[in-house]
Amino acid sequence: MRHLYTWAAILCVVAASTAGDVLIAHAMKKVGDVAHVFRDHGVFGVTRRMLTNGGLWLGVFFMALAFFSLMFALSWAEVSLVAPAAASLTFLTNAIAAKFFLHEKVDRRRWMAALLVACGVVLIAG
Amino acid sequence: MSLRKLATLAGVVIFGSLGDVCLKHGMAAFPEIRLANWPILFHAIFNPKVALGISLLIAFFACYLSSLSWADLTYVLPATSVGYIGMALLARFFLHEQISPLRWVGILLIALGVGFVARGPSLTVEPSPAANLPIPDPTASRGEA
Repeated sequence: MRHLYTWAAILCVVAASTAGDVLIAHAMKKVGDVAHVFRDHGVFGVTRRMLTNGGLWLGVFFMALAFFSLMFALSWAEVSLVAPAAASLTFLTNAIAAKFFLHEKVDRRRWMAALLVACGVVLIAG
Repeated sequence: MSLRKLATLAGVVIFGSLGDVCLKHGMAAFPEIRLANWPILFHAIFNPKVALGISLLIAFFACYLSSLSWADLTYVLPATSVGYIGMALLARFFLHEQISPLRWVGILLIALGVGFVARGPSLTVEPSPAANLPIPDPTASRGEA
């Protein structure tokens, strides 16, 4: 039963983290290349564009949710399982979510990169 | 890739790793935080190492947001996973921790993954047309009224 709770916690972290990353990536594409916005509109232009973007706030909220779920999970579950499993799975779920929600062209090269990094993280942090 | 973009990705890696290390070292000085004693968190913020860690993580987040404004998520995440390699090597050469053969394999896999993604384009989606629109100036309409 404890195993089930641990995996449920890992899935919560992965889901919140993926939602946060995708929302933030989408919001920042809407803001535009910050260096260009900065050049054309100055620091206030960049700040205004970012602060008025609702998606960015929602993304930050999900990132915070992922962070606190991880802290919560780490307080009672096995650290050597939760931390690498969550970090590693997030690389894969982000690749899937980026393909479907952000319409990024996730070709074989990017799948390989996500898979290799996900396996590497398990080995390095496990 | 321009130097500016490379420096931003390097910022994600360096600030993220150093921020994590500072936070971890700083928090080691405090007892385990539970629901009953959570106000300790406010004391922790004023610990120099924790404060430095938080500042570094803010810099990490700024670089992360900036990189996502011109690159795909599926490019930024694998490319910045170099941080895992950096942390392992720092632990090996500065903290003299042993790296098991399995962890060396992990380092190799991450390096391969980074190599794979770095050889491709950083952006595969069209930037939103709204991104190029001028920002409305609230003072302009006031002047006309």
